[in-house]
Amino acid sequence: MSEADALAPRFRPGDPVRVRRADPPGHLRTPWYIRGRSGVIERLCGAYANPEELAFNRPGYPRQPLYRVRFRQPELWPDYSGAASDTVEVEIYQHWLEPGIKP
Amino acid sequence: MRSHHDMGGLPAGTVEIKEHDYAHWEKRVDALMVLLSAPERRMLRVDELRRNIEGLGPDAYETMSYYERWIAAITKTLLERGVLSSDELGRKIEAVRAREKIP
Amino acid sequence: MSAPTDRHEHHDHDHPHRHPPRADSDDRLGYYQLMEIAVRELLTEKGIITQEDVRRAIETMDARTPAHGALIVARAWVDSAYKARLLRDADTAIGEVGVAQGAYKLIVVENTQHLHNLVVCTLCSCYPRFVLGLPPDWYKSRAYRSRAVREPRAVLREFGTIVPDDVEVRVHDSTADMRYLVLPERPGGTSGMSEAALAELVTRDSMIGVARARDPA
Repeated sequence: MSEADALAPRFRPGDPVRVRRADPPGHLRTPWYIRGRSGVIERLCGAYANPEELAFNRPGYPRQPLYRVRFRQPELWPDYSGAASDTVEVEIYQHWLEPGIKP
Repeated sequence: MRSHHDMGGLPAGTVEIKEHDYAHWEKRVDALMVLLSAPERRMLRVDELRRNIEGLGPDAYETMSYYERWIAAITKTLLERGVLSSDELGRKIEAVRAREKIP
Repeated sequence: MSAPTDRHEHHDHDHPHRHPPRADSDDRLGYYQLMEIAVRELLTEKGIITQEDVRRAIETMDARTPAHGALIVARAWVDSAYKARLLRDADTAIGEVGVAQGAYKLIVVENTQHLHNLVVCTLCSCYPRFVLGLPPDWYKSRAYRSRAVREPRAVLREFGTIVPDDVEVRVHDSTADMRYLVLPERPGGTSGMSEAALAELVTRDSMIGVARARDPA
């Protein structure tokens, strides 16, 4: 498998992003609680075969850039009772992300 | 619609801080998963197993144990892949039942 | 989940004593246990696996314990250059203490006086098995998977861990190809301790993030 099989990364650490609010059937690895939510790219993890395709025994190429995205807890939960600085970091594939608005 | 396995953020009770020593049959299920997904066999992917566990439906989380869900998903995946047929599985299960003298 | 006949609490695995696996009780073989036997025998008859393969896979699984993670943590505690390598490229760094890489990429996240990390897999039960062995039941439970992202501090309290409000709690949801190991803070009163003695303080629960490392006796 060569690097040519991977899609080019669209985002860099620090970029604001938004998780697409899609709701397709099938095997998905983007949790419900972050759909439609805004966060910041923490790092690019590399490019990996798309699990939505692997789940049906398809190769999942081209490989998708996978990012860790950081979300602020008070923005995720209306009545978050922890500290204002608390965060959640989630691994999200590029095709689930669109550019966000700079805060 | 949120799938039943996609639990992040849902209300739930206190965490029951327990663990059990894995029974030998459970370790054998885990071993099957590792062996079948290994590069030298590639008879199933972890993603197919996850899809088939999700496909067991919401009740499976209440009525089946963790490794019962895994063996059900492994079997379903092997059926899909054509590695095993329903017919031979049915005959083998009956043969084991007779051998173990289970009614 | 069936209960063992003889259960004792494990809030942490601070020494790697092994429990014998519960014997299969053939007089109550359930449908799924029959299925496991049938699948294994069919695959063996077809030459896809051998009994030896199964035996060796279980042996490999049994050999992986939280002691591996503890070695990594203890080395990071005593060697700051190692810690820097570990945080940058864990897959390579763990090899330096003799821990083999796993099928997934490892990310080590460091607890500091300003940050407490917690790991969960909300979608299933992804866990860094190659450094911690098999996960405890509670990690795979509905309550942990649902609430760890939503109210981590309340979950931590249930494990007896209080994190002050001026310390950020960061939850890592292991949804894809990364696996996470928490590097707990080194406890006070441990200067001069050997790596081996330090490793004894590193509990499995501290490497998941629900607890801190143990204090020295």
